[in-house]
Amino acid sequence: MNTIVVGQLQRQFQDYIVSLYQQGYLDNQFTELRKLQDEGSPDFVAEVVSLFFDDCAKVINDMSTSLERPDHVDFKQVDSGVHQLKGSSSSVGARRVKNVCIAFKECCDVQNREGCLRCLQQVDYEYKMLKTKLQDLFNLEQQILQAGGTIPQVSMN
Amino acid sequence: MEVCNCIEPQWPADELLMKYQYISDFFIAIAYFSIPLELIYFVKKSAVFPYRWVLVQFGAFIVLCGATHLINLWTFTTHSRTVALVMTTAKGLTAAVSCATALMLVHIIPDLLSVKTRELFLKNKAAELDREMGLIRTQEETGRHVRMLTHEIRSTLDRHTILKTTLVELGRTLALEECALWMPTRTGLELQLSYTLRQQHPVEYTVPIQLPVINQVFGTSRAVKISPNSPVARLRPVTGKYMLGEVVAVRVPLLHLSNFQINNWPELSTKRYALMVLMLPSDSARQWHVHELELVEVVADQVAVALSHAAILEESMRARDLLMEQNVALDLARREAETAIRARNDFLAVMNHEMRTPMHAIIALSSLLQETELTPEQRLMVETILKSSNLLATLMNDVLDLSRLEDGSLQLELGTFNLHTLFREILSLIKPIAVVKKLPITLNLAPDLPEFVVGDEKRLMQIILNIVGNAVKFSKQGSISVAALVTKSDTRAADFFVVPTGSHFYLRVKVKDSGAGINPQDIPKLFTKFAQTQSLATRSSGGSGLGLAISKRFVNLMEGNIWIESDGLGKGCTAIFDVKLGISEGSNESKQSGIPKVPAIPRHANFSGLKVLVMDENGVSRMVTKGLLVHLGCEVTTVSSNEECLRVVSQEHKVVFMDVCMPGVENYQIAIRIHEKFTKQRHQRPLLVALTGNTDKSTKEKCMSFGLDGVLLKPVSLDNMRDVLSDLLERRVLYEGM
Repeated sequence: MNTIVVGQLQRQFQDYIVSLYQQGYLDNQFTELRKLQDEGSPDFVAEVVSLFFDDCAKVINDMSTSLERPDHVDFKQVDSGVHQLKGSSSSVGARRVKNVCIAFKECCDVQNREGCLRCLQQVDYEYKMLKTKLQDLFNLEQQILQAGGTIPQVSMN
Repeated sequence: MEVCNCIEPQWPADELLMKYQYISDFFIAIAYFSIPLELIYFVKKSAVFPYRWVLVQFGAFIVLCGATHLINLWTFTTHSRTVALVMTTAKGLTAAVSCATALMLVHIIPDLLSVKTRELFLKNKAAELDREMGLIRTQEETGRHVRMLTHEIRSTLDRHTILKTTLVELGRTLALEECALWMPTRTGLELQLSYTLRQQHPVEYTVPIQLPVINQVFGTSRAVKISPNSPVARLRPVTGKYMLGEVVAVRVPLLHLSNFQINNWPELSTKRYALMVLMLPSDSARQWHVHELELVEVVADQVAVALSHAAILEESMRARDLLMEQNVALDLARREAETAIRARNDFLAVMNHEMRTPMHAIIALSSLLQETELTPEQRLMVETILKSSNLLATLMNDVLDLSRLEDGSLQLELGTFNLHTLFREILSLIKPIAVVKKLPITLNLAPDLPEFVVGDEKRLMQIILNIVGNAVKFSKQGSISVAALVTKSDTRAADFFVVPTGSHFYLRVKVKDSGAGINPQDIPKLFTKFAQTQSLATRSSGGSGLGLAISKRFVNLMEGNIWIESDGLGKGCTAIFDVKLGISEGSNESKQSGIPKVPAIPRHANFSGLKVLVMDENGVSRMVTKGLLVHLGCEVTTVSSNEECLRVVSQEHKVVFMDVCMPGVENYQIAIRIHEKFTKQRHQRPLLVALTGNTDKSTKEKCMSFGLDGVLLKPVSLDNMRDVLSDLLERRVLYEGM
């Protein structure tokens, strides 16, 4: 085990994850998720987030279909989709996504199609952004583990 | 006249002569016969005479001589042949005996002479022995007197008694008329009459010390005869009639030594003497005898020893009295100090309480105010009020703690707690401030860090909070990292060696910040009270400067060490401390958190095998909840719809978590249905907990009305879930898990 390399990687990891928190991509729930990862479920976080992203994709797709036709918008469906997204994103700690969902819900409540479309776009953008970021994070984790080190705990806002 | 036939003697002419011869012979014979008789008589009287045989011989010789002379009487006239024969025999015998006696006397006379010589010799010897006897007797008497005197003198350590007794005894032993003691005055220039035998109140009478007679006496250790007219001897008014008795004076050395060896008188360094003057009775014609002088000298020595002992005793008594006084004074001072400390503590406690109450009111109300609708300016003002009051509250706490720490009256309150949880809690406490300042904090707990430890949780938290708080306070940008590890040996401080024992270990916490840094010269000052480095960056921050001092004291109480390293200004700094904690036996200990919540009940920290059912339509949150419960050791079944839930639920499941986020009432129907399912076996019904995104009163009321046993706010943290499960299983109801 090359301590220097591990140390470097760990610092990199720390800085990266810290930046994610700072930029608001993640919140404390993500930390809680990471706590649930142990020997029994070593890929728990990865599984959950991948499920989340799949979920996101599906829901966004559905919502997009609903919002497509300007005269016949099933706001109930959109509402439930938003609700689901909000629930999922708060469960994984995807802060930005969640915030967008809040705004989305407001638009939905007032049945503002334009607003909803905008929010939808934003949600799409955000979740994809988060996906790439988390992918990088997991790569770093793998590198650390391969070098024989341990993943540091990080607690943030 | 008848004439016989013999030759006619010439009677008429020689008749007178014959007669005279006749008479003389007769008397000689008588004498010769009477002498032995006398001898025999006297010898018989005195039994001592050793020469009896000689006497017999002598007696015989004399008897025979007498016989001869007697027989001679008959030869004057004509006599027969027998007479002649007898005469001849007698003479022959006489001759023999007398020769023998003569020979004998040659031997005897020298003996007799030597007897005489011996007698003379013995008489001389007897006279000598008599003299010596007389001497010994006097010496013995002297010795007896001295012993008695010494005994009297030494039986007391009181100076006056010693001296008085000396004079009295001497006076009695020697039959003195007067006896006096002159002591040197303080100045040493005069001798003062201190004690006399007969006069009861000696007058204040001094003589200068340089008198020749005094010098004479002081110059020798022997008793010196002095003139009765000298000033020291003139103690009584002199009336002309008396012829004053002889006076003797002797010096008494005044020493302060307690060890004397007989032949080893130390050189009298003090050269202070007292003078003892003894006067024989006047008109007695008595003389001072040698033995009396010797007696006086011996007594003087004894008195010197006794006086020095008395002097030493006096000094030690004085010293002891002084010490006792000091003791009393010290005791008083100590009591006063204690009273002062108690008064101060009381004052602090009271003031503390008096000050805290309004403080709490301010903080509480400001917090409440914060929750309401405020304009930005108002919000800013309220925040400032809150910040200031918090600072003030901290200051009061610090001051009270520090004063207790200084008294040494602070004791650690040991208990078992979860170290990992402690760090997380600290981080969550610091989070708000760090968020505001945009400083990320990272926590790195070493893998071998024990989870359950024994120590003073509150104070440890205080230390870490203080240090992390400082790090946050003094950093404008960058990040803060907190690392906790078990340290083995080779610590930085040279005078502090860490030895982990079986049931203890040393926790090292390193807090690194990338803030303003500290000048290495200022580092020692950091831990002193009320001192703060005056760099511009820190001037704007508040704080009393007590924090580090208190932390240092706590760390010391925990048998640890704390120090700060910095590479210089602007390069950040690292605060490191080691403390000793005990290791406790893990999982069965009761978990106590630093923030008092519900009072401690026995909690299930271990839910292994607990069967639970999770119902959630949202796949992601279903998975998250399942992960949570699996992590806690439960056996989780998940369902995604009400119907499925009803189908699956059984008495094996102890808890059912149901998501009720969806608007509408349908979600709560499931609760009713489950109740119905278990009406017969009410005690086996699983506990029902709702997971919801909002926890306002209406939601709670709704849950209660539908028979749910508890409500949880999503998202649930791990610790929260753990607490909730424990509470639930203990009390079978939970409406506090918000």
